[in-house]
Amino acid sequence: MVDIRLRAVTKRFGDTVVLDGVDAAFPDRSFVVLVGKSGCGKSTLLRCIAGLEEVSEGAIEFGGRDVSRLAPRDRDVAMVFQSYALYPHMTVRRNLAFGLELRKERREVIDARVAEVAKLLEIDALLDRHPRALSGGQRQRVAMGRAIVRRPAVFMFDEPLSNLDPALRNQVRVDIRRLHDDLGATSIYVTHDQVEAMTLADVLVVLDRGVVQQIAPPIDVYRRPANRFVAGFVGSPAMNFLEGRIAQNSERAAVELGDGARIEIPPGAGFERLQRGAQVIVGIRPHDVVRGPEGSLVLPVELVETLGSHVHVHGRIGDMPFVAAFEGHQGPRKGERLQLTVGELHLFDAELGVSLG
Amino acid sequence: MSPQETPSPRRKGWLGAFAIHAVLLLGVAFALYPVLWVASLAFSGSATPEPRVIPWPSEPTLRHLQEVVGATADDGGETVWIFGRQLLNSLVVATATALVGVLIAIPTAYALARFNFLGKRTGMGVLLATQMFPAVASAIPLYLILEASGLLNTRTGLVLCYASTAVPFAIFQLRAAFEAIPVDLEEAAMVDGATRLGAFVRVVLPIARPAIAVTSLFAFMSAYNEFILAATLLDDSKMFTLPVMLQRFVGEYDARWEAFAAGALVVSLPVMGLFYVAQRHLVEGLASGGVKG
Ligand SMILES: Nc1ncnc2c1ncn2[C@@H]1O[C@H](COP(=O)(O)OP(=O)(O)OP(=O)(O)O)[C@@H](O)[C@H]1O
Ligand SMILES: [Mg+2]
Repeated sequence: MVDIRLRAVTKRFGDTVVLDGVDAAFPDRSFVVLVGKSGCGKSTLLRCIAGLEEVSEGAIEFGGRDVSRLAPRDRDVAMVFQSYALYPHMTVRRNLAFGLELRKERREVIDARVAEVAKLLEIDALLDRHPRALSGGQRQRVAMGRAIVRRPAVFMFDEPLSNLDPALRNQVRVDIRRLHDDLGATSIYVTHDQVEAMTLADVLVVLDRGVVQQIAPPIDVYRRPANRFVAGFVGSPAMNFLEGRIAQNSERAAVELGDGARIEIPPGAGFERLQRGAQVIVGIRPHDVVRGPEGSLVLPVELVETLGSHVHVHGRIGDMPFVAAFEGHQGPRKGERLQLTVGELHLFDAELGVSLG
Repeated sequence: MSPQETPSPRRKGWLGAFAIHAVLLLGVAFALYPVLWVASLAFSGSATPEPRVIPWPSEPTLRHLQEVVGATADDGGETVWIFGRQLLNSLVVATATALVGVLIAIPTAYALARFNFLGKRTGMGVLLATQMFPAVASAIPLYLILEASGLLNTRTGLVLCYASTAVPFAIFQLRAAFEAIPVDLEEAAMVDGATRLGAFVRVVLPIARPAIAVTSLFAFMSAYNEFILAATLLDDSKMFTLPVMLQRFVGEYDARWEAFAAGALVVSLPVMGLFYVAQRHLVEGLASGGVKG
């Protein structure tokens, strides 16, 4: 039950800078999700907040108190590890009780809390088993139970669902969000998964090579990505990028693509300050195009994927790969030339990649 | 091992079971034959038992056993039960070697498994190099060192020598065991509220228990069985360990094999007992190389 502030958190391993001046403020009781490519420093940032790694520079504050130099045990955090890290030599009951025993809680309190959490997570039947006699899903629940039972101020999750099958993953994801709402702690959650990131987060933190790219609610990150990296990273299928130049035609701005195609920029989209002739990258989400007879883009169909509720159409525009997504299950045929009208579009500086919105 | 994991017995019919048991019995007989032969010799009453195929004592007697176990010696006018002293010497030396060796090896092995520090590779290399020399090679230097430090002919001196050879081996054994324990477990314990030492004691040590048991037993056995150093460093029969005592029965001019065999049997008993007690840990430790996460 604390708000968390990161002040210019930098972490180096030898000469490698893994986190570079991370600044962030997470309100009390918020659900924070860290996303980014593999190796971008998500786990390292989580471990710094937990106290498992010491920051090289900067400070981490819980509720206004600097905890950067405190040992993990003094930070009042709990963590669910990707490997679950259940103690193999202890029964489920002792795994759950371990943290409370270390904090010298009274026996009755420990027993009551373990029973309560076991019931909440539906693992009461497993209490006397050892971890090796549990399924993956059961181990995952025990790992969550071990975190919950201590009622910490901050929950940490490092890809807690990555070892579960997809159906179970969906269910546990919902459970995690529900638990978070009930427990009223601040949660920090690391994931690769788009759906987890979008559905769980109150605050989404996008990292790239140890640098924060954007911190915002997930829908804002999706609709107004701060730069080309974020735009390409968030959303599935990924946003399409086309190279172009700003052109002025009568009173309306447009982007001229290399092959002569023009995409009108809708008025009021916030692109008024664009300079004519500026080199830009146009970002178009696959879902933001519609088929129409007078489309501004022509997509030669190379491959059609049918997903049931949607079809994904792959092709190339100019020499850039392009994917369009349509509802329904009737896709175009290979070799067809689709006319596409662009709905929402995003513009990025061709050199810096920053959003021009 | 929990009951859930015990594999259900394979049903193959009695013929299959018979075949399996026949093979196993044959294997056991093969392994035990020399031992049985020693036993038969130990219980033989005739002065020179004739060689035979079936190990069975001729003129069965407990004479040799009594002689070995009941051995006494004169100690400044007093008669002492010398066998008891020697048995105690052996047990004390072997236990102390195992304790000292493992107590030194545990922190060393843990440091080598978990931390990077200056001289780690060199240290490991040196440790490995010490393993290449047979213990005999160091007998004379050890004799001189112990003489200089007044530890010649003492159990302490012997323990120090044994521990110095037991430690490197124990370090290698335990390092592998600690490396097999995921770091996550310690980190989980530290987040749960343990100090680093607490995580080590409450999580790492219990998980490494089978490996530690195996390592201790090896150290115990090697000290219990060692002969050459003991024979070199001890010259008072009250300080002898059992292997040195045994050796006296087969002197240069007079080999008393019956007494030797009886002594060998008696000397093996504590080890067999120890194996019996420790077998659960041993199977676990040897089978899984220590731990599984
Ligand atoms: N102890 C360490 N020593 C040296 N480098 C490290 C250490 N731990 C992590 N790194 C490096 O720091 C970078 C970030 O690692 P981190 O584990 O935080 O990535 P991640 O974003 O969690 O990746 P993934 O999604 O694959 O888990 C990586 O390049 C990694 O090699
Ligand atoms: Mg990671």
